[in-house]
Amino acid sequence: MRVLAQLAMVMNLDKCIGCHTCSVTCKQAWTNRAGTEYVWFNNVETRPGQGYPRRYEDQDRWRGGWTLNKRGNLELRTGGRLRRLLGIFASPVQPELADYYEPWTYDYRTLTEAPLGDDFPVARPKSLITGEDTKVTWSANWDDNLGGTSQLGHLDPVVEKVRRESEEKIRFEFERTFMFYLPRICEHCLNPSCMASCPSGAIYKRSEDGIVLVDQDRCRGWRQCVTGCPYKKIYFNHRSGKAEKCTFCYPRVEVGLPTVCSETCVGRLRYLGLFLYDADAVTAAASTPDPQDLYEAQLDLMLDPSDPAVVAAARADGIPDDWIDAARRSPVYALAKTYRVALPLHPEYRTMPMVWYVPPLSPVVDLLSSQGHDAEDRATLFGAIEALRIPVEYLAELFTAGRTSTVTAVLRKLAAMRAYMRDVTLGRDPDPSIPASVGMTEESLYEMYRLMAIAKYDERYVIPTAHAEQAHDLEEIGCALDVEDGPGMYESGPFGEASGRPVPVAVETFHALRQRQTSDAPPGDLHGRVNLLNWDGNGRPEGLFPPPKDAAS
Amino acid sequence: MAAPAPGPGVDGPASAALLKAGRFFSRWDESDDGRVVFREGGRQGDVFYRDRWSHDKVVRSTHGVNCTGSCSWKVYVKDGIITWETQQTDYPSVGPDRPEYEPRGCPRGAAFSWYTYSPTRVRYPYVRGVLLEMYREARRRLGDPVLAWAEITGDDEKRRRYQRARGKGGLVRASWDEAIEIAAAAHVHTIKEYGPDRCAGFSPIPAMSMVSHAVGTRFMQLIGGVMTSFYDWYADLPVASPQVFGDQTDVPESGDWWDATYLMMWGSNVPVTRTPDAHWMAEVRYRGTKVVTVSPDYADNTKFADEWLPAQAGTDAALAMAMGHVVLKEHFVDKTTPFFADYIRTYTDLPMLIRLEPHDGDGDSGGLVPGKFLTAADLGHAADEDAWKTVVLDEGTGEPVVPNGSIGFRYAESGKGRWNLDLDGVTPALTMAGAPGAEDEVVEVLLPAFTAPDGSGDVLRRGVPVRRVGGHLVTTVLDLMLAQYGVQRAGLPGEWPTGYDDAATPYTPAWQAEITSVPAEQCIRIAREFATNAEESGGRSVIILGAGVCQWFHGDATYRAILALLILTGCMGRNGGGWAHYVGQEKCRPVTGWISLANALDWSRPPRTMIGTAYWYMHTGQWRNDGYSTASLASPLSTTRADENGQHTADAIALSARIGWMPFYPQFDVNPLQVAEDAVAAVNAGTAPDAATYVAEALHDGRLTAAIEDVDAPRNWPRTLVLWRSNLMGSSAKGNEYFLKHLLGTHSNVMGTENPAAPRPEHVRWHDEAPEGKLDLLLSADFRMTSTTLLSDVVLPAATWYEKHDLSSTDMHPFVHAFTPAIDPPWEAKTDFDAFHLLARKLSDLARTHLGTRRDLVSVPLQHDTPGETAQPGGRVTDWRSSGRPGTPGRTMPVFTVVERDYTAIADKLAAVGPLADTLGFTVKNVTYRLEEQTIRLARSNGVMLGGAADGRPAIDTDEKLAQAILTYSGTTNGELAVQGFRTLEERVGKPLADLAEGSEERRISFADTQTAPVPVITSPEWSGSETGGRRYAPFTVNIERLKPFHTLTGRMHFYLDHDWMLEYGEALPIYRPPLDLHRLFGEPRLGPDGSSQVTVRYLTPHSKWSIHSEYQDNLLMLSLSRGGPVVWMSPADAGAIDVSDNDWVECVNANGVFVGRAIVSHRMPAGVVYVYHAQERTIDVPKSEATGRRGGIHNSVTRLLVKPTHLIGGYAQLSYTFNYFGPTGNQRDMVSTIRKRSQEVTY
Repeated sequence: MRVLAQLAMVMNLDKCIGCHTCSVTCKQAWTNRAGTEYVWFNNVETRPGQGYPRRYEDQDRWRGGWTLNKRGNLELRTGGRLRRLLGIFASPVQPELADYYEPWTYDYRTLTEAPLGDDFPVARPKSLITGEDTKVTWSANWDDNLGGTSQLGHLDPVVEKVRRESEEKIRFEFERTFMFYLPRICEHCLNPSCMASCPSGAIYKRSEDGIVLVDQDRCRGWRQCVTGCPYKKIYFNHRSGKAEKCTFCYPRVEVGLPTVCSETCVGRLRYLGLFLYDADAVTAAASTPDPQDLYEAQLDLMLDPSDPAVVAAARADGIPDDWIDAARRSPVYALAKTYRVALPLHPEYRTMPMVWYVPPLSPVVDLLSSQGHDAEDRATLFGAIEALRIPVEYLAELFTAGRTSTVTAVLRKLAAMRAYMRDVTLGRDPDPSIPASVGMTEESLYEMYRLMAIAKYDERYVIPTAHAEQAHDLEEIGCALDVEDGPGMYESGPFGEASGRPVPVAVETFHALRQRQTSDAPPGDLHGRVNLLNWDGNGRPEGLFPPPKDAAS
Repeated sequence: MAAPAPGPGVDGPASAALLKAGRFFSRWDESDDGRVVFREGGRQGDVFYRDRWSHDKVVRSTHGVNCTGSCSWKVYVKDGIITWETQQTDYPSVGPDRPEYEPRGCPRGAAFSWYTYSPTRVRYPYVRGVLLEMYREARRRLGDPVLAWAEITGDDEKRRRYQRARGKGGLVRASWDEAIEIAAAAHVHTIKEYGPDRCAGFSPIPAMSMVSHAVGTRFMQLIGGVMTSFYDWYADLPVASPQVFGDQTDVPESGDWWDATYLMMWGSNVPVTRTPDAHWMAEVRYRGTKVVTVSPDYADNTKFADEWLPAQAGTDAALAMAMGHVVLKEHFVDKTTPFFADYIRTYTDLPMLIRLEPHDGDGDSGGLVPGKFLTAADLGHAADEDAWKTVVLDEGTGEPVVPNGSIGFRYAESGKGRWNLDLDGVTPALTMAGAPGAEDEVVEVLLPAFTAPDGSGDVLRRGVPVRRVGGHLVTTVLDLMLAQYGVQRAGLPGEWPTGYDDAATPYTPAWQAEITSVPAEQCIRIAREFATNAEESGGRSVIILGAGVCQWFHGDATYRAILALLILTGCMGRNGGGWAHYVGQEKCRPVTGWISLANALDWSRPPRTMIGTAYWYMHTGQWRNDGYSTASLASPLSTTRADENGQHTADAIALSARIGWMPFYPQFDVNPLQVAEDAVAAVNAGTAPDAATYVAEALHDGRLTAAIEDVDAPRNWPRTLVLWRSNLMGSSAKGNEYFLKHLLGTHSNVMGTENPAAPRPEHVRWHDEAPEGKLDLLLSADFRMTSTTLLSDVVLPAATWYEKHDLSSTDMHPFVHAFTPAIDPPWEAKTDFDAFHLLARKLSDLARTHLGTRRDLVSVPLQHDTPGETAQPGGRVTDWRSSGRPGTPGRTMPVFTVVERDYTAIADKLAAVGPLADTLGFTVKNVTYRLEEQTIRLARSNGVMLGGAADGRPAIDTDEKLAQAILTYSGTTNGELAVQGFRTLEERVGKPLADLAEGSEERRISFADTQTAPVPVITSPEWSGSETGGRRYAPFTVNIERLKPFHTLTGRMHFYLDHDWMLEYGEALPIYRPPLDLHRLFGEPRLGPDGSSQVTVRYLTPHSKWSIHSEYQDNLLMLSLSRGGPVVWMSPADAGAIDVSDNDWVECVNANGVFVGRAIVSHRMPAGVVYVYHAQERTIDVPKSEATGRRGGIHNSVTRLLVKPTHLIGGYAQLSYTFNYFGPTGNQRDMVSTIRKRSQEVTY
């Protein structure tokens, strides 16, 4: 056993209002730079829907994640490493810009500067890629709230799958409408296929907290990681030529702050905390033959932080006591393991994803509600799980590789919590048979209720701070010389590739910041553009102020 | 690094071996099978993100946008540049067993910093080049700004030249000095030439930035200008609220949803429109609260519902009436539920006696109709106030009793200590059936109903038990309610439904099913659950209501039908129960300080405030295009007893102004400065006893004419309009194209023509040629380019919300918190505060030559919460003009007051608190706060002004000081005033109240406090709910728990409204009125596909997920997350009927104009309805329309104003005017539009 700590997230989809605040605050903080205009480390999908990039779940096409080969061994879906290494110079299978969307801006300036004409000035859309006039035909969130879904919803790979079983299960009709939201970030997997895909070894998993990062210095832009990630959560910065991805806001979590997407989550549905897991058992778990067993296998990896044996092993593996304590108080452990209400997204990809989801309840269909029911019969007040609008098969395809009983069990727990708490709220005698019917005690059901409903800030986020005394090398030591041809030139890696251009981070940072606020001017008209972020207040950089001609002339 | 063990592994042996070899020199830590790379330290590659995250400071501010979030934000600054923002999480806790308010915010707010340096930022002052050239030339030649302005605007050719250029580009940079000089000159010239009531200002929603609102409003009121309303104009005001509660709107904070055990969301899409609050709704479900939504589409909130009632658009009242039918039958007739019965006896008008009167309409066989409340005067009591005291029947004795608490006790000396809801041991009879004292007697009454889809009425005959009291045949309001709802009792005559399944008779569950599509069984079951829950939980059933219900023409009627459910079941005034009206209901918690300083009541009173709907309806010529008369809305039982029946709406507005109900500005066809001079001269000469009488007589004999009666005459036009914190022309202007055409005089997309066959007003003069270009000056201040700035003559660059000091509050949470500048205003931007001070200074300078000190005759209507609301007993319409005698000011006509204005001192007064604060105090809701001590304290903290007209007065010459003054003068933020106010109120009520605030005397919330963290407010008589002891705010808890009357006629919540016009229009009781039939009223096409390439649908404008009104709809982040431009949501059926696919361009067309957008086809939309998100402007990706060849419109280009006459009532208890409180709504939901597929090749 080798005990490692993993920072993980739970999102309670039952509380998600689909507001996209997480996406915006994330983008504002991390990816509103040139080269990442189309990049949303955090995005929110309406389901049913195609997602972002379109149909990313179609692994027959995109070849992400792992499969088991004939030997029963894990193999990247793109093939064994040998085969991939031989084909490294071929273009990887990966979505094109059109599968994400072609980012655009508008000719805003015309609103202010239009000369006197015969009609209202208007800001037309301009491509951020070509700088030309464009027509907006797809966006980062095109099918929000089922927009266009009556025409395009059948392209949702999960819809396809469910309909393969029964065409009847999902119909895009007014009376049978259902939807929910699926916010997504990088899964920071225990078994990351992106990492295994990288020929440069530029992707690594932080040993102390499991955050998966791209080393910007080592990345050579092969883009194999984009293919390898079945969630399509690695993006190619077309300006820097490097891969970028969600960093789990490590500069924040290291000092005990929640990720931006979590802290700004208006639905209060995100939880951050630690798992302790057995790193030695990951390969075996990920190799579980039946995909429907993968959820249980993944759950089994999660060690009980209250178990003295686990604690001893963790200490032996160098995990500090405050981290072990945090693991004990971990809300993600409680929701995933103790209450078993949080499920991994697409366990069948075998990456052991570390962002977990509580599946959503939904309204009952009218068929049931039109029948008369005793209003206070708790069995019907909240509707039967079987009558909910979201087909349980749909949820199961997302979270359990199709095993519906697991999803149903979670939904039953949520319903039981509501039924039990109704008695408490109304001052009636609570009914212990309700928690018993879902295999819980009154106490555990109540504790789950508190964690899910009251969800105070310090209960949602239990984040141990980084041990700075260990993180001895967080700065860019000596890197200034690590440029190509420089005396400290970075080793080229095992395969001697040189197509990427390693650039020290400080240099990259400087340029990236200069390109911030890309909407300041339409591309193609970059001349004279200045970004105030980099203006030190001295002088008059060209373009900061309008030309000094008399405006009235 | 041993070879992979047999068993699970990665790939095969060959590849593993190669990998090992390849990585031989690598230094990292791998999992044994080479699957995972772990690394510790040496993370040069991570530094980029660490660096990016770093920042220099974090500043607390918020967004002064017209939403009710009032969210506190962290604004990050790096190198003096705003980089991004995230939400604050430091709201004071609301308790250990509740979720918290953190984090509050939404994606729109999170995208705000984009504006700071965006290319749409207004960086400098701009003036339309055409105007600027003419102005500079005239200014140079004449040497005087005012004369220059007079010359340009006096020359029709010149005037029309720059007016026609409005909205068409050609803005050029000007200096602040020049822009302000032009604006000041325009105001001075207008005041001098036409009168200060020709100067208008519009700036909505004070709570979103009180200081910015107050400073401009204060400027407008100091010069005698007119501020137009917004809450009613936006149709966000639920007129039912004053009608039923006597209060504008008062609602629970969202944290109180947590107390609910049954929660309905009715036409309110909480996740979209109350984004930061939605979590309470999601979380309360886990307590076992059932959640039900009513919405025509599968709205965002439906995701959270246990059940969805998909009532067809605009039919909500039918559902509510049927639910009421179930509740009345099962809890008031089949059995009596004591919890409900006790509640309605004390807190509602249900036991009050109503006189039944013979119906004198023609063509009917007589019969009885419900009339007026029986009053003490009807029983022979003789004091004036006795006409204002309603009567119940004592269940014990069978004798009539006049209970405390009606409005007759509110103002009269005799009512002191008796204005309360204490029944003093009397049990009012709820019904006349079985009441003691006389034999049961029953009669049949006639009740109006509007069940036909075209809105026409018919008559129901239903029996009620009656008594004879003081010679009057009476019954109770509850008896009438049962008759109205069709709940049969044994022995009563009339036509009754045979049961819940009687689909032919209103208002049964089966009847509603045919109208709403909600199954009868579902309606019955939800009604039962709702009421049963209320009974068991002590009134903790809540209904969240919103724009989807409120903004219809008959939204007030629908609201009353829904409110009836809550009141009958004892839910109002409870934590966790009652109504939660959420649209535009922002709450300026420190209300007294804000409203008094904004209206400059410390210097002069009264202010000129105006109902926006009537203002724009008249001044944008929409009345000229109005083809319906009030008769089309009248009750089938309407009589001709009131002469207004069948009037043109413009006549109804003119009447309402004439008899003191509602304001109208301009007042007269003469400059009010001149009227004041004439009046004072007449008084001095002894020809008039006082100025008011002079005006009354002058109006009577024709020396003066009301401006509205010749509203299109140039001397009666509004001449200047100042817009700040608002985007009138891109957002709220219903009938936008009429604004462009008539008010602004530029091109428009109006397609209808004035129909010569349509009725014309009798008392409003018709000009054959409609005026185009009334406004001389449109001035706006903004930080981004909007439809409004594009149309403005002068545009001032405003500071953003991250660049100034201000205050924010809302009713969604109980805190007051601050705006703080993260950076100084960049480029040449200035705060609203600074801009108005510059304008005031320049105007004061110019006034030395042109104005000096003048008197101004100010006309204001009879106002709610003042004795004026008891001016017209019985709610009877008496038009002094038809009496042949002059009216009586303050009784049968408006109140006329002479105000002195020193126009050279405007700037001095703007910057200091005036003496009336000390001498008269500030009054809110008839509670006067004495402020001598507070003024001294403010002078000490703020300092005093030295020299000038405000010498020695407390300074409010910076935005921080004005914020401090607002907080000092309000009970919610100054505990001493809260206690003082309650003590004052106790004298009238005669019940203990001061304990609600006692102990808070020392709490004085300062501006600095609000900058540190959001601060909870203090319970104060300014509002109706109690927060004492840390409880969540719910409205009317003080009324319910302390027996303090509602501000209504009876002092109780009203089911029955007995004003003449309410009876005329058939809305004395809750009722269903269908959406307007625009085919019948205006000849618009009938609904549905017509087999050609177009389909006619309801054109609904719900709020967008990607903007707050027009704000953010041009924001690149929001556009990237949505469809990138204007959209129209359609059902697959409607799209299919005209061969439209997702993202095709379509046009929405009707007589009012055209909207061009792209279709979003979705099965979540019902057929027959399109959603065109509210406030989609014409600035982003709007091509030329095929319909007109001109730029497509805003969402409001397809709407128009329709004024409901009953909203014009005044002078009668709760049906009396107060600014933003009671007045006609600018509703827009009843619109229909034709949708056409257009050529997919668009041009710009």
